[in-house]
Amino acid sequence: MPEVLKAPLVVEFPFTRSLGPVQSAFLTGLRERTLLGVKTTDGRVLVPPVEYDPVTADEIRDLVEVGATGTVTTWAWNPEPRRGQPLATPFAWVLVRLDGADTALLHALDAPSPDAVRTGLRVRVRWAPERTGAITDIACFEPYEGPDSGEARDHSGDFANAVTGIIAPARLDYTYSPGRAQSAYLHALSENKTIGERCPSCRKVYVPPRGACPTCGVATDERVEVGPRGTVTTYCVVNIKAKNLDIEVPYVYAHIALDGADLALHGRIGGIPYDQVRMGLRVEPVWTEGGRYPDHYRPTGEPDADYDVYKELL
Amino acid sequence: MRSPGDFTDVAVVAFAQSDHQRTTDELSEVEMLMPVLHDVQRQTGLKAGDIGFTCSGSSDYLAGRAFSFTMALDGVGAWPPISESHVEMDGAWALYEAWVKILTGEVDTALVYAYGKSSPGSVRDVLTRQLDPYYVAPLWPDAVALAALQAQALIDAGDTDERALARVATRSRTAAESNPHAQLPGARPQGDYLVRPLRKGDCPPVGDGAAAVILAAGDRARELRERPAWIRGMDHRIEAHSLGVRDLTDSPSTRLAAERAGAFERPVDTAELHAPFTSQEVVLRKALRLDSDSTVDVNPSGGALAANPVMATGLIRIGEAAARIHRGTSERALAHATSGPCLQQNLVAVLEGDQR
Repeated sequence: MPEVLKAPLVVEFPFTRSLGPVQSAFLTGLRERTLLGVKTTDGRVLVPPVEYDPVTADEIRDLVEVGATGTVTTWAWNPEPRRGQPLATPFAWVLVRLDGADTALLHALDAPSPDAVRTGLRVRVRWAPERTGAITDIACFEPYEGPDSGEARDHSGDFANAVTGIIAPARLDYTYSPGRAQSAYLHALSENKTIGERCPSCRKVYVPPRGACPTCGVATDERVEVGPRGTVTTYCVVNIKAKNLDIEVPYVYAHIALDGADLALHGRIGGIPYDQVRMGLRVEPVWTEGGRYPDHYRPTGEPDADYDVYKELL
Repeated sequence: MRSPGDFTDVAVVAFAQSDHQRTTDELSEVEMLMPVLHDVQRQTGLKAGDIGFTCSGSSDYLAGRAFSFTMALDGVGAWPPISESHVEMDGAWALYEAWVKILTGEVDTALVYAYGKSSPGSVRDVLTRQLDPYYVAPLWPDAVALAALQAQALIDAGDTDERALARVATRSRTAAESNPHAQLPGARPQGDYLVRPLRKGDCPPVGDGAAAVILAAGDRARELRERPAWIRGMDHRIEAHSLGVRDLTDSPSTRLAAERAGAFERPVDTAELHAPFTSQEVVLRKALRLDSDSTVDVNPSGGALAANPVMATGLIRIGEAAARIHRGTSERALAHATSGPCLQQNLVAVLEGDQR
């Protein structure tokens, strides 16, 4: 078996999320160093506040201001902070019930060691120097010996320039491995060959192979070299220039059934004016130096294939 | 066609699982999944076209492959088109959907499968993406950190301590010595803290695996399996998503699901609990009234501490419980599955064999 391929894969996306009125007031409040909660139907104060009562599902909108000091309700010592977490040095994850609140907020506590942390510890907010209206406007909590800041007070939730959305970047890192069948396909491409795999049951040859026959639900185990020549089964004319793609429009993108394959693959057609490409056109791959797949397919000059030969592959 | 509302006669008639491994670089998801699909087909003699409904559970985030669940369908033999569905949840919830589908009377057999390939990514971080995107996910609290907050709450409440947690780990992995599919068979040292108070031994292994189950109704079930594992009841319940709103030392959703599944009507002899962290078994035992001197055999498979193919682990609990009934080593078993941080959502099924 050839070496299994692996490559780094980063999935990264900035999620743009709109906020409800309660979330907007809470996150704008953080920007203004003001901590808001919301009153539930039964009069409890939720911090962080939500739009709907977690018990009754009623819409809740009565906002209150709570203290920037509070009490740890549970904690966990994180000896090796991970990317994106609030502090880069060892810290405690904490649930903190802010003074005036009935529920707890998750955040980080900056403490020198786990010996300095316990449930019941008094803490206060350490504000981030630059605040934008996000949960990270709280840099973290820090131990604090001081009085309880008392009961929650009513608050309108009104601020100038309220934030109405957040952009939450997300990034996950993977090591991609394509598996047995696709590894073999990619290895063959590096030698300018295209291979498929034959289903032991229905005998169809799948290109590219994914390891299973979707009709029979069995492993495709027999490797078959296909092409290099093939037939255009259908095509479209592309008139929109794609970002980061150095190809002049219009051009033709086609389904190509390589000789010996029972499934058409996709490819660009070159070496012929776009308006002369037709179903049945016989083509062959054009490889560029160091290319990892055919750059495009061009006409072979053979007579067109008869429709009956490829009609099942459309 | 069966009459709707007949709740008593749907059974698990076949179960298969892969060997769970730290990595499976040489296999794509469908390549990993196919052997277990073929195994349940072989056990029942059913082919893809004979099965009324197919439902799967998986998450593309685990391996970072968009639409991997559609590729996985290649292993089923989904053409000509089959009746099919997917949940972005543990396969136990796919089984719930399939069970409901059979109860409607529309079909009398169903294939349920689930797979998880955690090895390509960092599952601790991947699971942060299921959290509240406004207040929690931007802080990237990983799965072990959240479980550790729950464990500390249990210790503070006097419900457990580190030594008791270590005993859960040891008991589970010792039980897994008789499970040929387990990733971590045999007791091992607890190791260092990953996130205190949880040590490495309190946490599940990271790995890849797959599982499949076939359900059948009434006489069809009796044709396919000598001793079907009848689903006597099944229910799932969820709690508030904000961790700070919940009492982390209890699991009212598990208790309610168990009540509605009929778990407390008569004693069970076996309980397969989906507790990825030792501390979560403490919470589940409390909710399910399985105290430490109970005679119930808890996680004879080794549970999630011995193999944790995320998205399949819950389905495996149902499969393991059913397999004991198939073999005649259990008369009445409880199976539990969980989803979300700190046991946020819980499913309970009660399975029984025919009286002998």
